Amino acid sequence: MTVTEDRPTTEVGSSRLRKEDQRLITGRTRWTDNITLPGMLHLAMVRSPVAHAKITSIDVDAAKASPGVVAVFTGADINDEQGSLPCAWPITEDQLAPPHPSIAVETVNFAGEIVACIVARTAVAAKDAVELVDVEYDDLPVVLDMAAAAEGGDLTHPDLGTNVSATWVFDSAEAETGGNVEQAISEAEVLIERTFRQQRLIPAFMEPRSVVCDPTGEQTTVWSATQIPHILRLMLALTCEISESKLRVIAPDVGGGFGGKLQVTPEEVVTLVVSRRLARPCKYTETRSESLLAGHHGRDQIQKLTLAAKQDGTVTGLKVELLADMGAYLGLVTSGIPILGAFMYNSIYKFPSYRFVCKNVFTNKNWTDAYRGAGRPEATFAIERLMDELAAEIGVDPIDIREKNWIKHEEFPFSTVAGLEYDSGNYEAATAKAKELFGYDALRAEQRQRRDAGDQVQLGIGISTFTEMCGLAPSRVLGALSYAAGGWEHASIRMLPSGKVEVITGSSGHGQGHETAWSQIAADRLGMPFDDIEILHGDTQVSPRGLDTYGSRSLTVGGMAVVAAADKVIEKAKPIAAHLLEADADDLEFSAGRFNVKGTDSSVGLTDVSLAVFAAHNLPDGIEPSIDAEATFDPANFSFPHGTHLCAVEVDTETGETKIRDYTCVDDIGKVVNPLIVEGQVHGGLVQGIAQALFEEAVYDDAGTLVTGSFVDYLVPSAADIPHFTTGRTESPSTTNALGVKGVGEAGTIASTPAVVNAVVDAVRHLGIDDIEMPCSPHRVWTALQTASSGADTPRDKTMVDDNADPSHNAQVSDGSGAEGFTGQGGLG
Amino acid sequence: MARISIEVDGVGYSDDVEPRTLLVHYLREQVGKTGTVVGCDTSNCGACTVHLDGASVKSCTVLAVQADGHEVTTIEGLATGGELHPMQQAFHENHALQCGYCTPGMIMQSIDLLHDNPDPTEQEVRDGLEGNLCRCTGYQNIVKAVLAAAAATPTHSDAAAGTGRSGGTA
Ligand code: FES
Ligand code: FES
Repeated sequence: MTVTEDRPTTEVGSSRLRKEDQRLITGRTRWTDNITLPGMLHLAMVRSPVAHAKITSIDVDAAKASPGVVAVFTGADINDEQGSLPCAWPITEDQLAPPHPSIAVETVNFAGEIVACIVARTAVAAKDAVELVDVEYDDLPVVLDMAAAAEGGDLTHPDLGTNVSATWVFDSAEAETGGNVEQAISEAEVLIERTFRQQRLIPAFMEPRSVVCDPTGEQTTVWSATQIPHILRLMLALTCEISESKLRVIAPDVGGGFGGKLQVTPEEVVTLVVSRRLARPCKYTETRSESLLAGHHGRDQIQKLTLAAKQDGTVTGLKVELLADMGAYLGLVTSGIPILGAFMYNSIYKFPSYRFVCKNVFTNKNWTDAYRGAGRPEATFAIERLMDELAAEIGVDPIDIREKNWIKHEEFPFSTVAGLEYDSGNYEAATAKAKELFGYDALRAEQRQRRDAGDQVQLGIGISTFTEMCGLAPSRVLGALSYAAGGWEHASIRMLPSGKVEVITGSSGHGQGHETAWSQIAADRLGMPFDDIEILHGDTQVSPRGLDTYGSRSLTVGGMAVVAAADKVIEKAKPIAAHLLEADADDLEFSAGRFNVKGTDSSVGLTDVSLAVFAAHNLPDGIEPSIDAEATFDPANFSFPHGTHLCAVEVDTETGETKIRDYTCVDDIGKVVNPLIVEGQVHGGLVQGIAQALFEEAVYDDAGTLVTGSFVDYLVPSAADIPHFTTGRTESPSTTNALGVKGVGEAGTIASTPAVVNAVVDAVRHLGIDDIEMPCSPHRVWTALQTASSGADTPRDKTMVDDNADPSHNAQVSDGSGAEGFTGQGGLG
Repeated sequence: MARISIEVDGVGYSDDVEPRTLLVHYLREQVGKTGTVVGCDTSNCGACTVHLDGASVKSCTVLAVQADGHEVTTIEGLATGGELHPMQQAFHENHALQCGYCTPGMIMQSIDLLHDNPDPTEQEVRDGLEGNLCRCTGYQNIVKAVLAAAAATPTHSDAAAGTGRSGGTA
């Protein structure tokens, strides 16, 4: 199928340095906040300091009189235009959701919600006037604890009559993809029951969100620091009842997203509505504090898990009872995030039975939505922690217990108990390579020595063998899950008369290296020099069709669209080349950018054909004078990258301090277009996963105020907090796309969290500890050690229901009845 | 309003600024140096790092009036005569950036780091970049780039053989 097979070298697979770097390293950048337009006004938001209250009055007079202020808008002022922010994923037919105004109208439901908007001639004048808006609130009961909220009591939205938005169930017996999990549990020889808390996180992309709207043309142009210009255009049109054709959305340079910019935000709607009202360009750029407070959060789930197994370590069933905190509203895909995890709890294993029940719960907190991995990190954490616990329970090496249960490489394609078909993989190969790079056996030996010697600093080894479903698409599957959109991606190719090429992609990169990778793909496919190819994206006027960038979908779906469009270009060029060569089209072969008449040295270049169609002087009769082409690709299946991650952690048993000593991972993401970019994606992903394990948590106090509202308190790790990584790859090409690629954007984040926590627990398991809640701060580890050594009996599952303003209370301690920890001597009988 | 005179990237500017205007806002909004960016409001992220008289500062912690009479170098003033600064080149060659938002600050801080310590260890690089956050790269390639730039700098061998950390702050 590859048309350029006989070229001596290929672009795909080479570590091309990125073409997008030149602007970024010299400061020639186009961030949204850089944009200034004639007559432009600046917005600042007045935000609620309280978590749940009726708005009894808003006095804007003083703000209006403030120097430079042009207008002030409350929710009531724009209510006829602001609509309700969209939720594109109603997971059940009876899902409940409150109206979601961009500016609150009658009540505020979380601290940070917008209650008014100041418009002024300068950003400083707008910010100055924020203080002058006088809002009176009548407090309502604040609902913060998702477990309690799920049971009833005070209501986040009294009109809904319940705090439960939806309950979603997958049962392998009902779906006929496996057996009955209750039966497996009742017959289990070994039962592992755990409750894990996925703390609330904040995406914390480095570029704060910013939006500029210019209503002065026939189309209103919206620049936004967004991952989703195409989806945003459609959703703004629907939300504000503006004709879609009257909107143009541009995502210029975007400084990271990680799911956090996969949203239709109140700030975008407000800026759009206000700019149209005033007929003036308007800009809003959030502060970091606003970003942490009101940009959507991620994770925030409580996972009650029951794993049934035989004494020999064979797992017979897994039951997942999940609570997911939606926060106060449903954002674009809020309700679907836990569902993305539902298919991944069985991970790489051959579980015979599986049941997943998820309750989505409203609380008076900022809403949650996609954050790197989106549902899959939570699932992977749960199962990888459980596999370690099972190994400890029966006293075998945690790698052996995984191997006993995982799908063997010769068993692919494999239909899982969750109903997915995994196309390819080789868990044995990735694990063997990771063990070797890591020096697994030597580290285990050192661990034994340190335990025997009773060292103050103990060594723990954590394992995570993960897989994920990525490349969102296929559209039919998304439809079956009630997702409102499809999952295809679009590309078009313009063959310019000068011999250059423009590739237009509907996927919208913001740091992933699309320009470079897409150029490599197109260069190979068209046989053109890498430097002659320009990638255009992120503007609905330039790139009319697209579904944007998230869910590790860009390459597997968008990259394949480029391949398909390139193949069409060659198809269209062929009869014209034949005409120019005075040959029969069937006698031509395309290679290295040229059409050759087989068996002769007569040939014509693709760029010659580009010029010929531009002139259109000498074309075959009746042929369209263009070889430009477009393609929309919708894959038949997800892709399933996997990998084995190994982490060695040193834990100081006196202070609770943890230090990652070694981190080694071997990822299998199928074929690789650019190894350099892949490595970068892995590194960045790892750090976000490690940050969940050790550092980050969005904490609310008892009143529902975000305590971690700045980078002083929300601990995004720095270079000094992070170790050097050893990375490796194995390669099992995907069989569901012609490139053989699988996606890598989220792999590191999904895999690393359980690897690190497993390592921390492993370091102190022999001291009677079998869980430590994330983030495993020194204080939490220390508290766990203290509790364990005092012999206190902390009931395991009781600790999980509070949202902890007091970070110390969640350390979990083994009751001592389980194994004393793996000794390295055992084997699977 | 206060009158200030500043040299930015080799060009002199005289402007009226509000006394409370931060240097970063002056650079972005009045001088048009939008290559320098803002990432936080608590001086934690380092995205705004520039050089003030040759030493790195977070330009969100300096008032424009404090820079009166001084020289500022931003990311836009580093490349001279069409030649990238070696640190810019090292960032490119080592894939030390993804979205690029932290990059101007990282590069400015890294140059300062090598100025103080021309032959740092990996850990010294990590510690020296502690005030600059990057959410994309996981830092590994940034550290690699700084070490590569150190190795490529001519003063490297002198410093290593001679006075070592003489320029350092430690
Ligand atoms: S903007 Fe200056 S440190 Fe963050
Ligand atoms: S490259 Fe995106 S924040 Fe550093």
